[in-house]
Amino acid sequence: MTSDDTVLLDHGAGGKASHAMFSEMILPLFHNDQLAQQDDGAVCEVPAGRMAFSTDSYVVDPIFFNGGNIGDLAVNGTVNDIAMCGAHPLYISVGLIIEEGLPIKDLQKILETMAQAAEKAGVKIVTGDTKVVPRGKADRIFINTSGIGIIPEGVSVSGSRARPGDKIIISGTIADHGMAILSAREGLEFESDLKTDSAPLNHMVKSLLAAGHDIHVLRDPTRGGVGTTLNEIAAGSGVGITLFESALPVKGQVKGMCELLGFDPLYIANEGKLIAIVPEHHASRALEIIQADQFGKDAAIIGEVTDQYPGKVFLETAIGGRRLVDMLTGEQLPRIC
Amino acid sequence: MGLKYIEEFRDADLAKTLITCIRQESKKPLRLMEVCGTHTMAIFRHGIRSVLPDSITLLSGPGCPVCVTAQKDIDVFVAFSRLENVIVTTFGDLMKVPGSGTTLARQKAAGADVRIVYSVFDAVAIAKQNPKKQVVFCAVGFETTIPTIAAGILMAEEQQLDNFCIHSANKLTPPALAALMETEGVNIDGFMLPGHVSVITGTDAYRPVFETHHTPSVIAGFEPLDILQAIRMLVLQNETGIPALENAYTRAVTDQGNPKAKAVMHQVFTLCDAVWRGIGTIADSGMQPNSAYSRFDAGARFNLDLPEVSEPKGCACGDILMGLKTPDTCALYKRTCTPMTPVGPCMVSSEGACAAYYKYA
Repeated sequence: MTSDDTVLLDHGAGGKASHAMFSEMILPLFHNDQLAQQDDGAVCEVPAGRMAFSTDSYVVDPIFFNGGNIGDLAVNGTVNDIAMCGAHPLYISVGLIIEEGLPIKDLQKILETMAQAAEKAGVKIVTGDTKVVPRGKADRIFINTSGIGIIPEGVSVSGSRARPGDKIIISGTIADHGMAILSAREGLEFESDLKTDSAPLNHMVKSLLAAGHDIHVLRDPTRGGVGTTLNEIAAGSGVGITLFESALPVKGQVKGMCELLGFDPLYIANEGKLIAIVPEHHASRALEIIQADQFGKDAAIIGEVTDQYPGKVFLETAIGGRRLVDMLTGEQLPRIC
Repeated sequence: MGLKYIEEFRDADLAKTLITCIRQESKKPLRLMEVCGTHTMAIFRHGIRSVLPDSITLLSGPGCPVCVTAQKDIDVFVAFSRLENVIVTTFGDLMKVPGSGTTLARQKAAGADVRIVYSVFDAVAIAKQNPKKQVVFCAVGFETTIPTIAAGILMAEEQQLDNFCIHSANKLTPPALAALMETEGVNIDGFMLPGHVSVITGTDAYRPVFETHHTPSVIAGFEPLDILQAIRMLVLQNETGIPALENAYTRAVTDQGNPKAKAVMHQVFTLCDAVWRGIGTIADSGMQPNSAYSRFDAGARFNLDLPEVSEPKGCACGDILMGLKTPDTCALYKRTCTPMTPVGPCMVSSEGACAAYYKYA
């Protein structure tokens, strides 16, 4: 297999080509004891207690974009989903569905960034599967990752635990990922150096939980953005939420692109940000801990939980007005006038 | 790519000053119509209704191009998507607008070649890349969009593309304002005129309508301070009893507008009657390719024999566009008509009054 080759149906057929791909490309990158066993599943040591388990599939288009690709996105995404349960992620599985004809060098690059992302997050990729489908039956590559993590004793984090008076913290600038993808998409020729914010947040969560404070809610506002995630929390906890527009951290570039396209940054995806909802008396300390993390420098308190209008999210606008922030319905599309 | 001068037009202190002035100066009840859909969204997005005194009612007008697109035009777009070897190109907003049977989005899911484009030039490029297929562009828009569509046709002509054409559902703003003021029951104390459209048309385009009806009229930009300033000017005109046609968007709009854009528009298009959803036919309010460019008219290229259709029962889009009703008084609103299951285009378009009410109110 050379870097000039492309993925063929043979690579997913379970025969010699499949074995060669596993032993020559995948195993050297993801190497760990469980994977090296090459059994039907991974057998892993886990401490006693509660476990978090999550799965997610990645179909992003384009597969390569500024600051990352579908590979690290898939690892970070599942790492973060587990971390948002208050757990320390340990093991990840990877399912690859590849369209025949994908250049081997693209696959190699994706696998390399997955290995790097796993190392950064401190998780092991212990089991996986590769399928190759005929041209046109998939779009280059789809990746599923699942993972498990262990929840420390005493930790209880849930979207149903927001309480009136709590403060809402975002760990950095919003809408970076969605706008980076959009600017890389064919047809929109933005001159932008905007990068995805894709990052593992488990170390930040670990620091937050280790400080011993009562963290009520942790969520990563991915698809649907901060607006949709907060609506889910408001509904799940039976509380109202007020956001302050002037406190929302948004990069100038992102703001500019959103203005031009008629998008609201509150509904644009993030891949390396978390929302932490904490009691008021813990808020400033929690903010300091998040800001001390390499992925949390621009963290800010952006709102508060109220007992008004349960299930609803409101925004206090910069000019002193007030409006509803509803859940995203459908896909945001560029405006036409 | 940051945008300059956004924050300046969202300055909280200046906004408070304007709000205080409006509150002090507004005495009599006023019904003000923002003609443009972008204004409707900006008003909601910045919470402007919540800071105005109770004396001021804001109404959303017929200035969202998708909302005023007749059901028959949607049916035509859908019919093109059913033809063999045809690529339908459209702005995203139109995808989910229901025709009398289905939508472009459903047609796409069923296998039709329907592509979202961000500009007419993308559609021309698609035509160039697909010489064996016919590319139809769903032309929907006001004076802001029509010049670029004209430029797209000129580009196709220059590239000698014989597989590109448009179905024009384009519309003009001033005839709609005139028709509105002549409709029985319509009661409007002032127009907030569309900023983007006026960049092209210039202030002078509204003068004939103003001279006839003497309705207070102010051209406004789209930032909170622009909108508040325009509202204040409309309040002052009403309170003093001296109606005027004023321009509060002087950093972008001139009396004559953009001569180059207007020239391109008139080089390619000619006036025609147009059907406005819910309002009906308004004479000389549409634009279609003129005789020199009729080969780019999809109607001339394809023979679609579509039946006449009636608009869905109970849908109050027409009354809403004329300020006779507000979305929350429509019997379908939030019941059978939601952004997930829109009945009328005012709910499906991101700039429609019903979608704005649903999203923000």
